[in-house]
Amino acid sequence: MTITVLKPGMLASVQDLGRFGRRELGICPGGALDTLGLALANRLVGNEDGAAGLELTLGNCELRFEADTRIALAGDDFGARLDGQPLWPLWSVPVRAGQRLRLAGVNASPHKAGLRTWLAVAGGIDLAPVLGSRSTDLKAGFGGLQGRALKKGDVLPVGPSRLGEAQQRRRPFGVRGPEWDEDLCEGEAPPGFITLRTTPGPECGHFSEAMRRRFHTALWRVTPQSNRMGSRLDGPALARQREGDMLSSAVIPGTVQVPPSGLPIVLMGDAQTTGGYPRIAVVIRADLWKLAQAPLGAQLRLAEVDAATALAAWAAQKRYLASVHQGLAAMGWPGAA
Amino acid sequence: MTGGRAVAVPAPHLRLHPLGEAALLAELPPPATLGAQRRIWALAREARRWPEVQETLPGMNNLTLLFDPEQVDAGELELRVLSLWPELAGEDEGAARVVEIPVDYGGEHGPDLHDVARHTGLPADEVVRRHAAGDYVVYLLGFLPGFAFMGGLAPELATPRRSEPRTAVPARSVGIGGAQTGIYPLVSPGGWQLIGRTPLELFDPAAEPPTLLRPGDRVRFLARSVEL
Repeated sequence: MTITVLKPGMLASVQDLGRFGRRELGICPGGALDTLGLALANRLVGNEDGAAGLELTLGNCELRFEADTRIALAGDDFGARLDGQPLWPLWSVPVRAGQRLRLAGVNASPHKAGLRTWLAVAGGIDLAPVLGSRSTDLKAGFGGLQGRALKKGDVLPVGPSRLGEAQQRRRPFGVRGPEWDEDLCEGEAPPGFITLRTTPGPECGHFSEAMRRRFHTALWRVTPQSNRMGSRLDGPALARQREGDMLSSAVIPGTVQVPPSGLPIVLMGDAQTTGGYPRIAVVIRADLWKLAQAPLGAQLRLAEVDAATALAAWAAQKRYLASVHQGLAAMGWPGAA
Repeated sequence: MTGGRAVAVPAPHLRLHPLGEAALLAELPPPATLGAQRRIWALAREARRWPEVQETLPGMNNLTLLFDPEQVDAGELELRVLSLWPELAGEDEGAARVVEIPVDYGGEHGPDLHDVARHTGLPADEVVRRHAAGDYVVYLLGFLPGFAFMGGLAPELATPRRSEPRTAVPARSVGIGGAQTGIYPLVSPGGWQLIGRTPLELFDPAAEPPTLLRPGDRVRFLARSVEL
């Protein structure tokens, strides 16, 4: 079984849940920016959470499936159609050999402005893992398909499906997305605004009380200069209390750095492993999927919470995943490790 | 644990701060010294044995532990680090690997050699001689896979970064950036002054380990050729 890339869109790459244990050597974790979304899509097609899928950017993409299979999308669907039939995020859908999946442009998105889509296919993208992961490290040029973004004409191998023949053909079904789970989006702002919860970073003391208040109360806009390394935000610039160089120190996905411009950058999976700008805050793990999906131009609020809240939010996300798993298991779907 | 029992210097005060809910930063007050960094590596080596610690990442004068908060409470981990810290001797100097790195200095391999000579007031061949005579230590890897932040550059060789960074520094270029020297493992944008190039691969994702250098390594540059 293979998938042929007819049109990759702005940036398409092979990603799994990331490459771990190598940060000490300068190797970033990478991986799907929305690991929750990829894990959900994988479960919907009978895969293990860590199977490799595709991360697609800003729609405008077309793929052909060369054999019967089953697929699921997470994130924004960009008006996705399978041979003309609409396809929604977090639906598990049977695919016949030769069918084409087409994602339209931004205007076709039901939200009018999406950013990324994750595609899981039964069996997962079956490329050789490099340093323990199939994720593409675009900056260093390894992993995934030849260490690069996908191009028109690429043919991607798909591994053996864990679904039985009848399961593979089963009619479409969907699960409730995390955005509908009250525990996961507690205190969510009205539509159009995305609240990311943060805990104070190691250098939050480099900023005055007033500046920290500004950071937490302002509406920050996600700029088009954002990429897989980080989301660059625009809003009221933050002035530092202390000047001077910082020594290299670890950064992880979710770290909010404030460079000399005063405009924060929220780092993501492809960011380098160490940085030298003050870390004012860190987005909690349970909210990273919201950042990964936040469209360009989206308005963010960066709320402050304590560590206990961060851990409770993570537990809520695990409960949500477990409830999805339970529902799938009741249908006889293969267990997701 | 390796040696270091003769060290009678008290351990400098360690400041701990969470980096999100699943990482703990331990940092020392400035200045960054090799002695302090050796203690950092020793702490990293010990912490890697703790099953709930998933990764250790040394920075300059600091260490970050990535841990699973479902397996260990952050406060408990902090206590463990703080109680271990005064007990730790620095990593033994003799235990470090010595990595020799041949370099073709100057010419097309080191297009900024003459700029460094002009800035330092030294003849170009003297810049090469002093650079290759240095005894360097890898403090940490970061920026790119296999990119080593090294200490030990002779102070008189320090040269500011280029005012206009290059958009594509060739892979394996040896450069000077401020008071540091380093090698670009991959083609990358960069502002360091390029004085030479090594034929060695700094990063090979198919190899195990994938990087030539590791934190704690001692590095010597060997002048393979010099073009003035």
